[in-house]
Amino acid sequence: MVAIMSVPNNAPPPVRFRDPQIEMAHGAGGKATRRLIEGLVAPVLGGPLLESLGDAALLEIGGAGIALTADSFVVRPLRFPGGSIGDLAVNGTVNDLAVGGSKPIALVLTLILEAGLSTEVLEVELRAVAAAAERAGVAIVGGDTKVVEHGKADGMYITTAGIGLADRRVRCAPSLVKPGDRILLSGPIGDHGITILLARGEIDLEADLCSDTRSVYPLVEAMIARVGDAVHWMRDPTRGGVASALNELAADARVGIVVAEDRIPVRDEVRGACELLGLEPMHIANEGQFLAVIAAEHADAALAAVRGVSGGEGAVIIGEVREQPTRTVLAASAYGSSRVVDMLVGDPLPRIC
Amino acid sequence: MCLAIPGRIVEFVPGEAHMAVVEVAKVRRRVNIDLLRENGLSIDDWVLIHVGFAMSKIGVVEAEEQMRLLAMLGEDQQAMDELIGYRFE
Amino acid sequence: MKFVDEFRDPKLIRQAAQEIRRLAKPERHYRFMEVCGGHTHAIYRFALQDVLPDNIELVHGPGCPVCVLPMGRVDDGLSLANEHNVILTAFGDMMRVPGRTGSPLEHKARGADIRMVYSPLDALKLAREHPDREVVFFAIGFETTAPSTALTLRTARKLGLKNFSVFCNHVTIIPAIRAILDSPDMRVEAFIGPGHVSTVIGCRAYEFICRDYGKPLVTSGFEPLDVLQSIVMILRQLEEGTARVENQYARVVPWEGNRPALQAMAEVFDLRPFFEWRGLGFISQSALRIRDSYAEFDAEARFSIPGIRVTDPKAAQCGEVLKGVLKPQQCKLFGRECTPEHPVGALMVSSEGACAAYFNYALRKSDAVAV
Repeated sequence: MVAIMSVPNNAPPPVRFRDPQIEMAHGAGGKATRRLIEGLVAPVLGGPLLESLGDAALLEIGGAGIALTADSFVVRPLRFPGGSIGDLAVNGTVNDLAVGGSKPIALVLTLILEAGLSTEVLEVELRAVAAAAERAGVAIVGGDTKVVEHGKADGMYITTAGIGLADRRVRCAPSLVKPGDRILLSGPIGDHGITILLARGEIDLEADLCSDTRSVYPLVEAMIARVGDAVHWMRDPTRGGVASALNELAADARVGIVVAEDRIPVRDEVRGACELLGLEPMHIANEGQFLAVIAAEHADAALAAVRGVSGGEGAVIIGEVREQPTRTVLAASAYGSSRVVDMLVGDPLPRIC
Repeated sequence: MCLAIPGRIVEFVPGEAHMAVVEVAKVRRRVNIDLLRENGLSIDDWVLIHVGFAMSKIGVVEAEEQMRLLAMLGEDQQAMDELIGYRFE
Repeated sequence: MKFVDEFRDPKLIRQAAQEIRRLAKPERHYRFMEVCGGHTHAIYRFALQDVLPDNIELVHGPGCPVCVLPMGRVDDGLSLANEHNVILTAFGDMMRVPGRTGSPLEHKARGADIRMVYSPLDALKLAREHPDREVVFFAIGFETTAPSTALTLRTARKLGLKNFSVFCNHVTIIPAIRAILDSPDMRVEAFIGPGHVSTVIGCRAYEFICRDYGKPLVTSGFEPLDVLQSIVMILRQLEEGTARVENQYARVVPWEGNRPALQAMAEVFDLRPFFEWRGLGFISQSALRIRDSYAEFDAEARFSIPGIRVTDPKAAQCGEVLKGVLKPQQCKLFGRECTPEHPVGALMVSSEGACAAYFNYALRKSDAVAV
């Protein structure tokens, strides 16, 4: 990311990605994904708008600010407690637009269907998409459908593009993040990833857990309405979890981040599953949460605003931005020590979103 | 692979003498209890789980004794501090 | 979480740390070895070095069963998946360990049928579900894990399975500790003893360390308070001038060990005459093999494996880190050619590897170090 920002716009950075083949890890949302994007995708596709590598791009078209995002969904199983691929497709796209600082307006949706997929399953997913779109207040305005041979698509893949209207009350960028800023997390982490893991049925674990998939737009909107441009940065921590999102911020903004270990909300079930399997909750994907960096003097008001919305009651301030150590995320314990929280390496849970 | 977690026995599996259902923070897992059958396990016993097997029964008495000793570490220091405070120059 | 959270109580941790500071004589430099990779992980995960005084140095021991496996054995396991079309099953820890032509995960991406399991029973289940395929379980671990493999094989026999076998790489802890004690580089004065291995082998097995080498050993649990309390107990022994085995982890570790576990191991395994350990060289009677009476479940008997010795890259200093002679960050490749993302040796990928623990939890990144 630093390399891209330091090169003039008319000289695309060199391709630095040297891995000979693509591995599952490149899709996990951690270090490998970032290397692929920064080292191959961004240099080749180029352009200043790719600089921010954020969730949504902001285009100025005839005086209007248009936010544009794309996303893809390859979850297995298709249905799980709390939702399905259809829900993820709509909510995931809406959330990208929301944390990109825009009001989500519309989606187009493409379906890649595996030959042999039951029509009933497809219909159920389409209804899920329609219902999620209505709940989120967005329109599905187009799409495409393709069918591939049996064995090529895990049943169904969905890709989306979403469009939103930039919210002029806020402007988010890593460059606006300053030491002293506070970090807000909207609710408990790890629900989605662990739900998917258990839903696969490959592990003999049982828990009463469901995916947290939902639109976070109402929470984000309430926060912006209250504190406006005191919000400096937002992200929805999907693959790679909170750890990867914060590490990307620390790297992009060249700051240090400290979170208080005991303030990060984790449900008992998620904690238990992570302990049993040796997983780190901060590396697990979420589909209904967001992180926001807010100027210190407005953090309490922002928190109150989010907590005032139904579904936002679990929001907490988990930490703050520091000058040092740069490009590092630390978790502080209650007894005065701290450890580094690194980006996800590898892929603990393939095909979770 | 030292990863081993304490869990509470919540159920024995009928028809499968080797297996029990153990709960860790509201997550349930079936584990093999062959290594502890000599101990005689009951519902609500706590066991240490490792790669799907119960390795050891957790001694509640020993755990409480340990917490007592740990709490005393601080008390000793306070007693020492008081003693030092009584010294006369 | 019960039996976990109490042992992470911040107030008690601060008290224990204070007691350690009170007991540690400022003019002395203490070197204690934690044998077990799980302890190395806990020390970094909970940043315990931050609460210890500067004159207590924790030396990382070779108790990481993935780390001590020579690369050639990894390749042997991979050959099973690639050449014999078996379903190779392994713990998550093995999946990113580098072999000569890539890690199991990389081989999987190239088409080998390699699957991650959380228990040898999962591998057994796969064998029952796929009677037309051969299923091999890549068994690793010290005595903590060996009984699980033994019980699984007993079950396989009872079920009369014809398509299941184990590639056995279980190693034993006592020979490793002895090798450290006999090493000329050895300057450790006490041991934080293995916690979970001891649930199987008991505490008596360590008495020779105190009796023959005069060094205290305290078998320790893995929560912050366990490790700190063990250090308190060690310091008290050093103060008294005693050297004996103490059981800090009494809530879990029975002094006599676990008889059914030892019985199952004796039934299924015997000792290899010698086995190569990364860093420690060939050690006699230090690893388990599957007995002839269970030969039909021994992957090495069912399939021919290359058995080629592969030495580590010259620049890699895995062996010295495993013996505690070097700290992870002192290896020339640490953080440069060798990172968790592109590891040179297993210590950088195993959850119990000292290098992985240091890199993931303690390395303070400066602008000079590539992310």
